[in-house]
Amino acid sequence: MFKAENSNIKQIINNNWQQIDDEIQSDRAINMLGSQAIINSLIAEGVEYMFGYPGGAIMPTYDVIHQMQDKIKHVLVRHEQGAVIAAQGYARASGKVGVCIATSGPGATNLITGIADAMIDSTPLVCITGQVHKDLLGTDAFQETDIIDISMPITKWNYKITEASEIPKVMARAFYIAKSGRPGPVLIDITKNAQIEFLEYSYKKCLHFNSYLPEPTPKLQAIKEAASLINHAKKPMVVFGQGVILGNAEQELKTFLDKSGIPAAATIMGLSALDNKHPNYVGMLGMHGNYAPNLLTNQCDVLIAIGMRFDDRVTGTLATYAKQAKIIHLEIDNSEINKNVRVNVPVLGNVKFTLPQITDRVIENQFPEWCKEFDNLHQQELEAVIKQDLNPKTDAISMPEVIDMVNELTNNEAIIVTDVGQHQMAACRYAQFNQTRSMITSGGLGTMGFCIPAAMGAKLAKPNRTVIGIVGDGGVQMNIQELGTIMQSEIDVKIIILNNEFLGMVRQWQELYFDKRYASTEITSPDYQVLASAYGIASAKVVQREQLKSTLQEMLSHDSAYLLEVMVGQEDNVFPMISPGDSVSDMRLK
Amino acid sequence: MTEFDELKKDYTMALFSRNRAGILNRITSVFSRIKLNIDSLNVSETETNGVFRYSVRVNTTEKLIRRITKQIEKQVDVLKAVYATDDLIVQQEVALYKIPSEVMIDDIQTEDIIRKHHAKILRIHREYTVIEKTGHKHETQALFDELEPYGILEFVRSGPISIGKINY
Repeated sequence: MFKAENSNIKQIINNNWQQIDDEIQSDRAINMLGSQAIINSLIAEGVEYMFGYPGGAIMPTYDVIHQMQDKIKHVLVRHEQGAVIAAQGYARASGKVGVCIATSGPGATNLITGIADAMIDSTPLVCITGQVHKDLLGTDAFQETDIIDISMPITKWNYKITEASEIPKVMARAFYIAKSGRPGPVLIDITKNAQIEFLEYSYKKCLHFNSYLPEPTPKLQAIKEAASLINHAKKPMVVFGQGVILGNAEQELKTFLDKSGIPAAATIMGLSALDNKHPNYVGMLGMHGNYAPNLLTNQCDVLIAIGMRFDDRVTGTLATYAKQAKIIHLEIDNSEINKNVRVNVPVLGNVKFTLPQITDRVIENQFPEWCKEFDNLHQQELEAVIKQDLNPKTDAISMPEVIDMVNELTNNEAIIVTDVGQHQMAACRYAQFNQTRSMITSGGLGTMGFCIPAAMGAKLAKPNRTVIGIVGDGGVQMNIQELGTIMQSEIDVKIIILNNEFLGMVRQWQELYFDKRYASTEITSPDYQVLASAYGIASAKVVQREQLKSTLQEMLSHDSAYLLEVMVGQEDNVFPMISPGDSVSDMRLK
Repeated sequence: MTEFDELKKDYTMALFSRNRAGILNRITSVFSRIKLNIDSLNVSETETNGVFRYSVRVNTTEKLIRRITKQIEKQVDVLKAVYATDDLIVQQEVALYKIPSEVMIDDIQTEDIIRKHHAKILRIHREYTVIEKTGHKHETQALFDELEPYGILEFVRSGPISIGKINY
């Protein structure tokens, strides 16, 4: 017999299959162009902003964007990578589907990095690319590239539309697939002829797709087993990830923690799902996370993983990861169960629904002795790392003290968007959050150049919140062209460049593991103030600690975009750290 | 992970999907991502209209086949993916052999060989004869080995297709 978790395969197939594709019923069909159908579909899905760049194969659709600009706003970026990352920033801050649009060939391939980033970080996106006329497919036509095949392993779904009549149905499916279940990027490639043909248009949102089961149905047995394990635990620990945010289950997490009394740590993608001041919160996991939750992962007796995927940056070596613990895994995606870590009780389903059922069954509890162990280790980290980080004895400003000052001046209310590297780890370690969806960072893919475009998207999604981009001098020079977008679209983002004149994280590894051979990690910067002024963006540079607070205040009170460069210690390292290949319990403080 | 997980074996994966352009690439990319060779692949219609069945043979560990199966089943266009070891399935292959007709005429041994293997003759041309043999790989291979000395002009073997031993 073929092994399957659901034994009755035939029934499943037949049941799925009998749901006929009846999403579209043309009751009040309107005759219109394919390009109009594309934009009307976006409007029907409630899309407010799209980020993109025009070009030959998508021009008919841009013609409609121009006509419909009172209904849907298009943000012209400076490079398609900026478009897709801005769409991600928008999606991550708003919880809605991010939309980007590009032409065929290079326009489409320039989206790839952002799509891969969205795939690994489960960000809902719909990416629309133009394609050459269907009669030219396969002929190496001008700006023809097979973006469907190129994007296949990094999209949740993709589809090539070659007939205008397919547009409403496929667009509806694209949005449904992008946002349902475990979200992800969807790419729709639309040939030029489909944009200029007429169709009978009517739009109906997609509610099911016959071969796709977005959320497994929770099993009561698993919930009971999980609750029983928790109720018998002496040293339980919660590790939560972005699944909490994606499932809008922040309140459910808090209720569970309040009742169960279990200490909880966040993955990088789970940051801001729980207020940093929550009494059960014990910090961030992972390679540069906090000392206590990493070490105690290997001492807890029950590990409750909520909407996270045991990334290697969280687990260190799997050979010694939480071997003593019984592991409960609350997860929406069946393929994550037992992928990296063997789980004792998998609880499949959306944590929004599974977690409250567990909460109902757990006893009210406190773990004072166990929590004291977290406190003790935190004290060690405080003495060995945090105090120096926040109050360095050197003349040079440290990255953490900048983040700490930002916390103070924004009352922990800002949306923090980071790039990738040392400054990212400093921001993730030290930024404080009092509301969800406040940390937007490239967690899985580690995409440099993420900060500026993602910050633009986040600001457009949340115009009333302060959006602060924290970026290094390396990352800022990738996608720096988006300063042009900030200028043209007047997006009020505050960007702080933490400049150590190095590609800092790689340099740190070279110092620790390559005998200080700094291969290609010294990097020079342009004069950022001159650059900012070329774009008409206000700017300042801070070298002395005394200037930091007042300049940050000036930045925050400025009524439009602002670029602030802060010179920081050149060879500062991020600690604590789990060396690659080491165990979480071998985390080093220096 | 147990020792059993790390042991390499032949696995047959059966997966069901709608027939949509590109779905085969989506499926094979899950294998190529981890540089796992596909030993054979067969696509056919099923008893359900519009549903296609893919039989994929790979040699790998239980740990990996389990992971890949879930990653394939997760694809939006895939209805179901399951895997099995050889002891749990009934499988069959077909092989075609093209040999020079002169050896059929001149050499009495070839008749014995074909008879012994219960092979069928599909076509006789003045220059070549096409022989068909169904069976497991070792059976079609045995016929190949016996015919080889007489000169095989062309040989092709389908991948195995398989059906589970218990109703699913």
